[in-house]
Amino acid sequence: MDETKEKRDDTKEERLKRAKELAERKKREEAGTEKPLVGLPKKERLKIQRQPMPEQDPMARILNFESVVLGYPADIALLEAQRCLGCANPKCIPLCPAEVNIPAFILEIVKGNLEGAYAILKESNALPAICGRVCPQEVQCEMECLLAKKGPVAIGRLEQFVAEYMLDKFEKEPPTITRYTPTKEKVAVIGSGPAGITCAADLCKLGYDVTVFESLHKPGGVLVYGIPSFRLPRRIINAEIKTVEDMGVKFMCNTVFGKSVTLQDLLKEGYKAIFLGTGAGLPSFLGIKGENANGVYSANEFLTRVNLMEAWDFPNADTPVYVGKKVITVGAGNTAMDCARVSLRLLGVKESHIVYRRTKAEAPARAEEIEHAEQEGVIFNFLTQPLEIIRDENNWIKGLKCIKMELGEPDESGRRRPVPIPGSEFEIECDTLLNAVGQSPNPIAMRSIPGLEITKRGTVVVDEESMQTSVPYVFAGGDITVGASTVIFAVGQGKKAARGIDRYLSAVREGKIKWGEKQLKAQLAVSA
Amino acid sequence: MPETTHLERESLPRLGEITYKRRLSENVVHIDVYAPLIAKKAEPGQFVILRALERGERIPLTVAKTNSENGTITLIFQEVGKTTLALGTLNVGDSLRDIVGPLGNPTPIKKYGNVAVVAGGLGTAEMLPIARAMRQSGNYVISIVGARRADLLILVDEMREVSDELIITTDDGSLGIKGVVTDPLRNLINEGQVDFVITCGPVIMMKFVAQITKEKKIPTYASLNPIMVDGTGMCGACRLNLDGETKFACVDGPDFDAHRVDFDELMMRQKAFVEFEKCALEKWISENRHKLPPEHPLIKHSIRSNPYG
Repeated sequence: MDETKEKRDDTKEERLKRAKELAERKKREEAGTEKPLVGLPKKERLKIQRQPMPEQDPMARILNFESVVLGYPADIALLEAQRCLGCANPKCIPLCPAEVNIPAFILEIVKGNLEGAYAILKESNALPAICGRVCPQEVQCEMECLLAKKGPVAIGRLEQFVAEYMLDKFEKEPPTITRYTPTKEKVAVIGSGPAGITCAADLCKLGYDVTVFESLHKPGGVLVYGIPSFRLPRRIINAEIKTVEDMGVKFMCNTVFGKSVTLQDLLKEGYKAIFLGTGAGLPSFLGIKGENANGVYSANEFLTRVNLMEAWDFPNADTPVYVGKKVITVGAGNTAMDCARVSLRLLGVKESHIVYRRTKAEAPARAEEIEHAEQEGVIFNFLTQPLEIIRDENNWIKGLKCIKMELGEPDESGRRRPVPIPGSEFEIECDTLLNAVGQSPNPIAMRSIPGLEITKRGTVVVDEESMQTSVPYVFAGGDITVGASTVIFAVGQGKKAARGIDRYLSAVREGKIKWGEKQLKAQLAVSA
Repeated sequence: MPETTHLERESLPRLGEITYKRRLSENVVHIDVYAPLIAKKAEPGQFVILRALERGERIPLTVAKTNSENGTITLIFQEVGKTTLALGTLNVGDSLRDIVGPLGNPTPIKKYGNVAVVAGGLGTAEMLPIARAMRQSGNYVISIVGARRADLLILVDEMREVSDELIITTDDGSLGIKGVVTDPLRNLINEGQVDFVITCGPVIMMKFVAQITKEKKIPTYASLNPIMVDGTGMCGACRLNLDGETKFACVDGPDFDAHRVDFDELMMRQKAFVEFEKCALEKWISENRHKLPPEHPLIKHSIRSNPYG
C-alpha cells in the first residue's frame, strides 16, 4: 500500500478521535474545569527557533542614547510565545525572584490577551517592563527551561514586550488601575529603587498606607542614576513608577532619611514599620596613588552626572561631565560596562577601555552586556591591574600605570587568583578614569537607627525569610543587605519584606506580640 | 538696595517658594525659602542642595539662618556662574525646582574660650550662624571679615551683632584695616588671644589661615566647599585629602581640621569643570542679558570658550 494513503487513513481516524476530544475539552473549558488549549500543536511549536532581539546597529547606536534593543514586534512575540511548552512542573517559576507565573503570562500572549498577560505579570512584579530589560534571565528563569539546549524561551523579551505594549497603550488611554484605599497601618519605605518600589506596591495591595522617601529629586534610585537610558529608557521607568503611584503609593522626593526625617519623626507621625531599601550607594575607590586627580570619577559620580543629571545634553542640561578623548574604566561588572558604553556615546570620546585584572571568563557582567560593549568597540584589557594614576602639575590625570597579571590558583570565590607578572609594568595614556570596582551600602540611613545590627562589610543583618533586622519594626532589602547586586534580587527581597512586614504588623494587630518586640522565628514562618 | 517682601497671604507658601529677596552686594543675593522641615532641623554649619530649574545643576548652599516660626531658611549666594545667575533671577513668589536638606554635619559648637571666626567674601554668610552659636555657647567671639573692597563686604551689621569684637579688612583699605584677614589674625595670635579658629572663604585664604595657626598649634576648622553632586555620600565628587586619607565633604564634613587638609589639591579640584562653567555662563548671558543689571560684574567681561575645543 501507498505510504501516503496509509498515513491519510490513519489521519482520518486520528482526526475523528481528536474532534471528539476537542468537543469534550471545549465542554470542560466552558465549565471552567480545564485550561484552554491555544496556538500550534506541540510538534510545530518545537520547530520554532528562539527569536533574536532586533537591535540598533552598533555603529549607529553609539551616536545616541536611545534604546539598544528595539523590542519584539507583535508577530515575533507571538511566535516566540508559542515555543513555551507550558510544562506541568515549570522550572522557570522557582528561579524567578519575583515569583512571576511565567507559563501563564506566556499563554495569554498566545491567546492574544495582552491585558491578561500584563495583569499576571503585575500581580507578582510591580516593575515588569524594567525587569524584562535588565534581569540576567540566562542565570534565572531561562536557565532551566526545557528548551535550554536549543535556546530557552525568551522569557525576558516576552515580559518586556507585554509590559511595554501596555505602557504605550496607557499613554493613549489611561488605564483603570485599582486604587487601593489604605485600611491598615502606615509604613515608611526608605529609598525608591527597585526594592523599595516593590515593597511599597505589595504593601499597598495589602491595604497599608505607604509613603516612599527618596533623597534625590526623582524616584527610581539606581534605575535613574545608575542604569543608562540606552538600556532602560527613562519613559519606561517613569511610566512604570506612575502605575505604582496610581495604585495609591505616595512618593516624597528630596527627603534624606536620617537628615530631613529621622526615625523618631516617622514613629511620631504614626509609622508602624520601616523598610530600608537605600541600596549600595557608597562608591569604592582603588586605593592607589593619585586617585584624587581631576578626571577620576567613581562610577556613581560619572553615571549620576550622565543619567540623572543628563550631562550628555550639556549645555542644554546644566550639569557637565568631562571625558576627553580616551577613557579607562576599571572593573568588569555591569556597572563597568555601563560606564564604558556611556563614555563611547559622549562627544569627543575616541577610545573607551576596560581594564580588568582577571579574564573575560571571570567578568561578573551579564553576557549580553559584554557582548554589546564588544560590538560597540569597547577595548578590553584583561589581566591588567592598575597600580598608580599619573597626574600632571595641575592635578589632571595623564595616564594609568598598570601591571600585567596571570591566573594562578583558585581563591575563596572559586575564581583563579590573578598574580602580577614581575617587571611587566606599563602605562596607558588616558584623559579620564572611571572606577567601577564596586559599591557598598551608604551608612547615612543605617547610622540613624539605634541598635541596627550591621556586618563588617557595612551591610544590614536581616532574617532571610522575613527581611526583619535587629530592630523589630525595621525591615531591609536589596543591595543594603549584600552590597551591589541586581535589580531583580532587590525586587525579590522587596517582596519578601512586604510579606514580613504584613506578618509582623498582623501579629501586633491580633495581639500575638507587642509592637517593638522581636518576633519569634516560628511566628514569622511562611505559609507557602 | 531695593527690598522685596513677601505679600501677606492666607495660604502657606509652596515648598521651595522664595518668600523674601534682597541684594547684599553687586553679585551677592539673599533669599528666604519656604522649607519648614529644613527650617526645623538645620543646625549651624549644615547645608542644602537645590536645583533652581528643571534640568538644572544640584548646588550646595549653606543655611545661613533658620526661621522655624514661619518655616523659612535663609540662603546667600554669589552669582558666579550659570546656576547662581539663574537662581538670582527668581523673585519672591517663584519656587525652586528642588531643595533637600539639611545635609552635612553641624559644626562642633562648644566652649573653647576665645574663638576667632575668620571669613572672606561669601564665607561671611556661612560663618554668621556659627559665630552666633559660638557666642551663645559662652565663647568670646572675635570675627574677622574681609573683602576686596568695602562695597563687597556682606552682613557686616549682622556679624557685629553676633560677635564680641568685629575686625574688618579690605584689600584696598576702603574700610577697616588695609590688607587681608590673616594680618589681624596673626596679631591676635601673637597677643595670645586665640584658643580656637574657624574659617570659611576662598580656599587660598583658608590655606593661609591654616598655615598661621598650625605654627602656633591653635586648633582650626575650615568649612570646605568642593564640587558636589548628590550631597549624600553617593558620588565622591567632593572628596578631599586629609593627610593622605580620603574624606567626603558632604557626609564627613563640611568642617574639617584645617591643619590636615590638602588645600592645593582642593583648589585644583575646584577647577575641574572650569571650561564647561565658562561655556554655560556664556550661553546663559547671551540669552538672558536683559535680566541682569547693567553694572553686574559678569556682564562687564563675558568670556567665550568651547570645552569641546
